[in-house]
Formats: sequence, structure tokens, C-alpha cells
Amino acid sequence: MNLWRTFRVAWEGLTLNKVRSFLTTLGVIIGVGAVIVMMAVSAGAEAEIADQINSLGANLILVMPAFSRGGFGPGMGRPPSLSYDDIGAVAQNVTGINGVSAEQSTNQNVKAGGTTLEDVSVVGTTAGFPDVRDYRVAEGRFLTDEDNERTYKVVVLGHDVAQELFGGQSAVGQSVKIASTKFTVVGVMEEKGVIGNTDYDARAYIPLTVVFSKFTRARFGGDDVRTIYVSAESREMMDGVMSQVSNLLLRRHDADPASPDFNLITQDSIIEAQASTTETFRNLLAWVAGVSLVVGGIGIMNIMLVSVTERTREIGLRQALGARPRDVLLQFLLEAMVLSLIGGVAGVLAGVGGSYAFNELGTMRTEIVSASIPLAFGAAAAVGIFFGYYPASRAAQLDPIEALRRE
Amino acid sequence: MGENLIEITDLAKVYSTGEIAVQALRGISAAVRRGEFVAVMGPSGSGKSTLMNILGCLDRPTSGTYVLDGEDVSRLSKDRLAGVRNRKIGFVFQSYNLLPRLTAARNVMLPLLYNGHQRLTDGECYERAVTALESVGLGERVHHKPNELSGGQQQRVAIARALINSPSIILADEPTGNLDTQSSEEIMDLVHQLHDRGSTIVMVTHEPGIADHAQRVIYLLDGQIASDRQNGARRKRGKL
Repeated sequence: MNLWRTFRVAWEGLTLNKVRSFLTTLGVIIGVGAVIVMMAVSAGAEAEIADQINSLGANLILVMPAFSRGGFGPGMGRPPSLSYDDIGAVAQNVTGINGVSAEQSTNQNVKAGGTTLEDVSVVGTTAGFPDVRDYRVAEGRFLTDEDNERTYKVVVLGHDVAQELFGGQSAVGQSVKIASTKFTVVGVMEEKGVIGNTDYDARAYIPLTVVFSKFTRARFGGDDVRTIYVSAESREMMDGVMSQVSNLLLRRHDADPASPDFNLITQDSIIEAQASTTETFRNLLAWVAGVSLVVGGIGIMNIMLVSVTERTREIGLRQALGARPRDVLLQFLLEAMVLSLIGGVAGVLAGVGGSYAFNELGTMRTEIVSASIPLAFGAAAAVGIFFGYYPASRAAQLDPIEALRRE
Repeated sequence: MGENLIEITDLAKVYSTGEIAVQALRGISAAVRRGEFVAVMGPSGSGKSTLMNILGCLDRPTSGTYVLDGEDVSRLSKDRLAGVRNRKIGFVFQSYNLLPRLTAARNVMLPLLYNGHQRLTDGECYERAVTALESVGLGERVHHKPNELSGGQQQRVAIARALINSPSIILADEPTGNLDTQSSEEIMDLVHQLHDRGSTIVMVTHEPGIADHAQRVIYLLDGQIASDRQNGARRKRGKL
């Protein structure tokens, strides 16, 4: 019997019980859809993280306080491990750097004239910020060391904030109220847009020391510098810059080199750490999706075994009329494969549709991995062959005499 | 090709289920000529089903030889036996064995699907099925499904199916077993017609009235031939 005719016989077998065939297919649809969605979700997560890391800027070294051991003991009440003065010390003493800065943000209402912007991200920072972030002022000037040392109430506005508060007018020289304090606008940043999940244009920049004195002083450790950003001139200079920073801070803090009270982190080390966690995440998702595909396959095997038992007499008749064992094998194998391939096609559609839906609804960033479609479809076909073979070979090995006698 | 369509020599079949070996056939020798109409009778357990299974190439003998149409088929592989069943044997079963979801025509076409030698198109298959159905008087019932047909009509569809590959022999296993007297006579009329047209027919039955239609009656008992006689008082067609 030729393949096309066998296919038609298999198709007839499936349409015999449409609801059952559909429900069996559903297992594969879910499995294949899950593979595609899961891969899209993990690819989306990776892309999100990569964007965030890259948005920090190139050749960046992050200096962070080491986690204190906590609890009662010698660590209690010790001075913050990174201070404002450390920033200046690094800027003055370390060579081969573009800039040094620190950031401390707080959300405040910003008011000018009759316009109030609620919950604007107000970032306290230092003069090195434009160099570290490679982000320039479009108008006026950025914050200076003097602004920080004397805690001047000056502000540099992000592009959108300036637009919304002052429209077409020049913002420089105007005054704005942040919370209840009056600030003078000294500059407006160039347009930068959204990078990672930070909208640079919707922020305002004030001296770091002002943030400490006005907004976070009340809290314990409010003048703790959480992160010092050091931008190296080039990738090759990173190691040298790191050892300089490390030596300088060890000296300044009079710390034990074996257990310093700060950590140096580079983008590479973040990327590495993230890559290994996202890889674990991706592998986990792939396993979950793979398991659901296997469950779908077991569903096919189950229903094919039922089908072979139910149609024993038909198999016996076909054998009596001249069907060879391999004709019977092929018929039932094709039935299983048609189920799994229909499931594969529908599953690809469901997976692609689902990935788009997640993205559009904003619940999750997804990026459809193009390789996942042939992979999922091929896996479905393989599942069909693998789980269809056993029932089909049981059918093929039936004894025609026994089969014809069965009621 | 010789005069004999079927030649069986010392045919034996032993079923071994664990320790116990059951001798279903204990050395049977017989020959059936081309165009002959033979009835096989015997009580249950006499081995007539086993003999039919071997004659139908559904089973292989434990020993002895079976030559069908000049070919020794007693030691063929499963695949080869399937081919022999397809081309040389037309089965008629007691319970018709039609596939309920297929129309009469599609049921009759089934053996053509497994006939690898004739490369017929779908249209040709269908035409041959319609011709076969017409020859058994069911030209009007081509598109009916089995549950829309009477028992006698279903058996006629089954006979059309048995004829579709122009087999060397028709093996009928209790063809009237599920039918009332009227339908039984109609079916036997049809069997007579086939015989008149030259078909070789071997029929198993336990009803003497049905066996009387045959030219020759073989009586089996305990796996051996108890009697093998020409049927002198053979019943003519259409008479009860």
C-alpha cells in the first residue's frame, strides 16, 4: 500500500473519534507551545538583563561596600564603608580613568510655576557623572565639585522634565521646587531616552550631598554612598585602575587586605554572573517544556493503545485481506504522527501567539527564538514516532486469527 | 499449473499451550480441483477452523505441505502469506466483518489497497468496486453504510469484497450462520452463481442443509478426515 493511501486510512481512523483525537493533540499543542513560549521568555529575560548592564556604560568598575556581617558585634555602629570623600580621593589619585561618580536617587515631586510632576526620580550625584555615563548637558552646565561641597541647591533637569515644566522656554536660571525646597536650574541634559528600564530624560540631578542632607539624612546610614562608579579609559586599563582603587581605599579605610570592607565589581563579572543564572533559568524552563512535551507523547501512546485494542477486529480483517505487518505498523504509526504533527503546527501557532501576547500585554518581555520553532516541531514529530511506535508494533504483531475472533 | 488448485499432504497442526500439546490436525491429505465447490463439516473441535485458517494462509501447518495454485505456501513468511491472501484468497466470514464507518463501495475496495501488483488509481478502484457490487445485486446500495443494510445485503457486500481481486479460491466460513432462512437461500443462490461462473469454493458449515449445496462434502472428526464423498443428491439452486 502506498504512503498516501495509508495516510488516508490513518486520517479516517482519527476522524472516527474527533473529540478524543483533539484532546490527545491538545497535550502536544501545550507541550510545543510551552517550548516556544519558555524559550521566548528566557531569551527576553536575557535581553533585558543585557540591556540593563550595557546601559551602565562601557568599562565600568563598581565599588560597593562589603556586606557587613550584621548582628551585634564589632561591625555594629562602625562608620559607613564608602563616603563622599572616597569619591574625590579616587578622582584625584587614580590614573587612567574617565570619571568617578556616585548616585543616590529618591522620588520627589518637582514643581515649577503651576506645573507639578509627581514622583520624579531625583538623582543625587557628583561632577563626574557625565563622564561616567557618557551623557552630556545640552544647555547650561552640569553639577560641580563646589556644588557638592557647599551643598548648593542647584538642579540639572532631564530633557523631558525640562520640557514639561518650562515648555519651549529656557529652563536655565529658573527655579523649581523639589519637595519643599527651592532649587535653581543650572543645566538641561541632552536627550538620551530609555535604556534598560531607566528613562534618563525623566530624571533630575542634584548634588549628592544635598540628597544626603535633605532627603535621606533622617534614615540610618542615609549618607552612606552605596556605589561608586569608576569609568576606565579603556578595557586594557581596567585591571590597573582596579588595583589602584583597591589600594587607595584599603589605605583610606585602614582595612585588612584579606577582608576589605568594599568590593570591586566589573560589568564583565556581572554579565558572567547573570549569564550563569539565566542559563540555569533557561535550562530549567527547557526541561519543564520538554517534560510537558513528553507528557503529551505519553497521551498519544495511551490513546493509540486504546485505539489498537478497540480496533483489533479491524486489524485482523485488514490482515486477512492482505495487509502485511508493515502496512498495519505504518497505518498506526501515521495516526500517531498525524496527531503529533497537527499538535506541532497548532502548538507553534499557540506558542508564537502566546509569546506575542505576553510581550504586548506587557507582562513579560519575550523574544521568539527562531530556532525554537523547528526544534519544537521536530521534537513533536519525534515524540509521535517514539510514542507511536510501541502501539503500532503491537498492532502489527497481532495474530490475524486471534484478532478476527475478538469481539 | 495442474488440475488441482489445492493439494494438502499430511497436514498437521499442534498447538502447544505450556505443557499440554493439542493436536488440532493429525495428518490430512486432500486435493481440491479448479472450479470445485467443497463443503467442510464436522463438530466443534474437529479441526475444521484450523484447516480453514491454514487454507486461508492465516496460519502455517506444523508439518505437511500445502500447495495452492502450484505454489508451496506452507513455509512462507508472514509478508508473503499476506500477499497470497490478498491475491489468491477471497474470505467470506460468518459475521461479515465490514468496517462500519465505510460505505459499501469503500469496504469492497479494501483488498485493492493492499494489492501492490496492480497500480490502480482511486477512480479505477472505485469502478471495480461498483462493478463487483452490481454483480452481487447491490448496484443501488453503493453509498450505504453497513448499518443501513440488512444482514443478507451485508453478506453480499462481503462477497463482493471477496471477489474484487479475482481470487483463485473463495473461502466461506459459515456464510449463512447469522442469517435467516430466506437470506440464507439468497446467499446460497449467489454462491451457486459464483460457482457456475467458474469460482472454486471451500465452505465450512455445520448445517447439513447448507452443505447439501456443495458438490463434495468433507467430514472432519478429531483432526482427521472421517469421510470425503461426492454429493449425489446435490440441491439445485433456488429450491428449498
